[in-house]
Amino acid sequence: MASTLLSLASATPSASLCFHEINKGKLNLGCINKEKTNPFIKAKSFGRVSMVVASNVSHFEGITMAPPDPILGVSEAFKADDHELKLNLGVGAYRTEELQPYVLDVVKKADKLLLEKGENLEYLPIEGLAAFNKVTAELLFGADNPVIKQQRVATVQGLSGTGSLRLAAALIERYFPGAKVLISSPTWGNHKNIFNEARVPWSEYRYYDPKTVGLDFEGMIADIKAAPEGSFILLHGCAHNPTGIDPTPEQWGVIADVIQEKNHIPFFDIAYQGFASGSLDTDAASVRMFVARGMEVIAAQSYSKNLGLYAERIGAINVVCSSPEAAARVKSQLKRIARPMYSNPPVHGARIVANIVGDSALFKEWNAEMEMMAGRIKNVRHKLFDSLSSKDKSGKDWSFVLKQIGMFSFTGLNKAQCDNMTNKWHVYMTKDGRISLAGLSLAKCEYLADAIIDSYHNVS
Amino acid sequence: MIISRFLRRGISTSTSPTRRRSWWDHVTPALKDPINAVTDAFLADPCPYKINLGVGAYRDDEGKPVVLQCVREAEGKTGATNFLESTSTAISSKLVEESAKLIYGEDSDVIKERRFAGIPALSGTGACRIFAEFQKQFYPDSTIYFPDPTWSNHRNIWGDAHVPDRTFHYYHPDSKGLNFVALMDDVKNAPDGSFFLLQPCAHNPTGVDPTDEQWLEISSLFKVKNHFPFFDVAYQGFASGDVERDAQAIRIFLEDGHSIGCAQSFAKNMGLYGHRVGCLSILCNDKIQAVAIKSQLKQISNTMYGSPPIHGISLVSKILSNPDIKALWLKEVKVMATRIQRMRATLREALERLGSPLNWQHITNQVGMFCFSGLTRAEVDQLAKEFHIYMTHDGRISMAGVTTKNVDYVARAIHEVTASDRDIKILHNIGAYKVNTDICSTSLGTKKTRARGMNLAL
Repeated sequence: MASTLLSLASATPSASLCFHEINKGKLNLGCINKEKTNPFIKAKSFGRVSMVVASNVSHFEGITMAPPDPILGVSEAFKADDHELKLNLGVGAYRTEELQPYVLDVVKKADKLLLEKGENLEYLPIEGLAAFNKVTAELLFGADNPVIKQQRVATVQGLSGTGSLRLAAALIERYFPGAKVLISSPTWGNHKNIFNEARVPWSEYRYYDPKTVGLDFEGMIADIKAAPEGSFILLHGCAHNPTGIDPTPEQWGVIADVIQEKNHIPFFDIAYQGFASGSLDTDAASVRMFVARGMEVIAAQSYSKNLGLYAERIGAINVVCSSPEAAARVKSQLKRIARPMYSNPPVHGARIVANIVGDSALFKEWNAEMEMMAGRIKNVRHKLFDSLSSKDKSGKDWSFVLKQIGMFSFTGLNKAQCDNMTNKWHVYMTKDGRISLAGLSLAKCEYLADAIIDSYHNVS
Repeated sequence: MIISRFLRRGISTSTSPTRRRSWWDHVTPALKDPINAVTDAFLADPCPYKINLGVGAYRDDEGKPVVLQCVREAEGKTGATNFLESTSTAISSKLVEESAKLIYGEDSDVIKERRFAGIPALSGTGACRIFAEFQKQFYPDSTIYFPDPTWSNHRNIWGDAHVPDRTFHYYHPDSKGLNFVALMDDVKNAPDGSFFLLQPCAHNPTGVDPTDEQWLEISSLFKVKNHFPFFDVAYQGFASGDVERDAQAIRIFLEDGHSIGCAQSFAKNMGLYGHRVGCLSILCNDKIQAVAIKSQLKQISNTMYGSPPIHGISLVSKILSNPDIKALWLKEVKVMATRIQRMRATLREALERLGSPLNWQHITNQVGMFCFSGLTRAEVDQLAKEFHIYMTHDGRISMAGVTTKNVDYVARAIHEVTASDRDIKILHNIGAYKVNTDICSTSLGTKKTRARGMNLAL
């Protein structure tokens, strides 16, 4: 017990410059004056009536609005626009060709089965539904993977990708105080927020090359090499968000080499397994490669996109350790972190995923629906590329649209050009130039091509 | 630690099964959660007549978990549309509104003027945690005052949010009731503008609640001291059987003009434990401030898990907004609370009938799911080892686990462990009562050495 206390005591909040700067910035957004004097009237006790005078001043008087979320803010602006040709390419939520939200058939079936079973609603264990934890690890690593057979994976159900990342971040903060997480430049906007809130310092490694609209591989390798030994390298397992640019298998090998060389820990965020190539197995290749080399790996999973379970918040954090004892200890500490956050995770999404992945018929159906969704996006990419190539006479190479993978495409448009997309063409996208192809239909490809060509050539 | 980690480096790239050095060598096993540990011990016990009086989850008179009928009806009305993220915002807003009405009162000014900032939360734990983070962000140097004792997880929640805690007197071990004088003293002596965690009804773990008169005095003193009252409402409906009655403490504070914060849980009173549904609300000066505060709360939750799952939110908002289903729910809450009240009375009568020399009034004086029995740690351990009755080390009994079938056994067991001179028992406890697991594998009552005329009919 003493050693436990010791290890906890040494996990002091990070004192890195990065964190303090960010924290100061956040305090400026909405911090009331921190004077020790009581800003409120102190009435004497003359009975209850006189005290009403002091009543209506809130303790949280000076709190200002938090900045709007850049991604969700796009959807709100889109809703407010009533132009008939408007197009929402903001948030990465899958839409059908008719641009309607899509509930997978397999999810409807699983949900119905749950209703029929009528199981009780008791608390899950802190680590989550055992059946879910089993299938989620198997889905990511492969059921026959030695790490699973040897029980070397600590798996804890989390609240989708966000919640799972947060558990891992808290683990890092506690056990590797001062260690940095390296995130790609650019990366999903919420990554920074999660690490900031968890008091884990971070810095960026080069990733996107605006000149080629592709991967800055040399920059990436150099930055990973330059990071202090024992850093955590956050990698997108497949379908990089926001760029859509993934390393090739050869490049993944080199990345693994450098990480091993520098004693770093690979930390995978897998939010799109199945959405990149259409195959669940293929999309797990990068993670499996690292694990096959005997590396200890952290991997966060989400079922928001590939099963459309956005609103049910279902995912998992996996830590592949070199021994089952280590995995057991790590799992216990992940639970220790989860208990004061929400006690135990929600049951519904876990049961749905367990039912689908654990049943061979439903799993097959899911594979088929996954291929269909990824297939639609691939078709849309092709149509967009064809439209851009045929309409644009400048000779610009638009092939990056085909090379990029997954829900998103980084168009290479700058902020002013993005504004033009929205203001002139009523195309809503994030200001970093990202479009969500999940929100694009074949029917609208030509319109979008016109908008992109106009913004690219006529706006600077 | 970082240096030793580097020295320890050298993960073998081979896949040999021999023990390799790990990044995680310095990670020690976490202490088990004290409440879950009781359940674990219970589950591991092979005895067929074991009884779990540990975790505060309602059981019916058969000892089974219950899915309320109102929940089944609400389930029937929800559909696959829940999965569409576009409907989430509307459903979440509805949940917050209905939750606020439930706790603050439908006709409250706070509701009419929309003077509250609220977000759905992951049950009570999640609501408390978001508030703790919010408190840390905007009052970085503040502390939180907990009643002594309080739910064991409160300390971890505010602790992980880096808010130090203090306690104020609450439970009086001699009277097994409220230590009101000491409580008021502590409230008075705390620095002005301190943050206090209060439980408005069915206090966990003691079951001891202030009277209305006492709440009035507490509220007045809070006004003078300008303290911030944060209410953890986990058992609305479970104390008296009436949700309005159980909200009295909060209504009193509202009357006095306090702008309180409130964590609500629907785990127990709607039986939605596994769905993790709750609500965090903070009262504000006006609508504008409410919008600002809500945005800050949302930001905190976005970096922790995004938003809570829609399924549970959808069920609760349906139950509360549909008058027929809500009426059904209120009936079912009364049934649950009444059963527990009956078990309290039955247990107390059984102990008195057995001729127990001790005073068991507190069993019926205390309110809600829990009874703070006054059993010592040694007695609790003995109950587990000898009688296969499990409860937390502090002697807290979850009355929800007591049924008409097992109440006599529970009474006899408690009587057994408390009847003889307690001092002598503590001295001899180590050798006097050995674990006897044989009795479980044979038919009940064959081992006379321990059966001793106890009625083991379950």
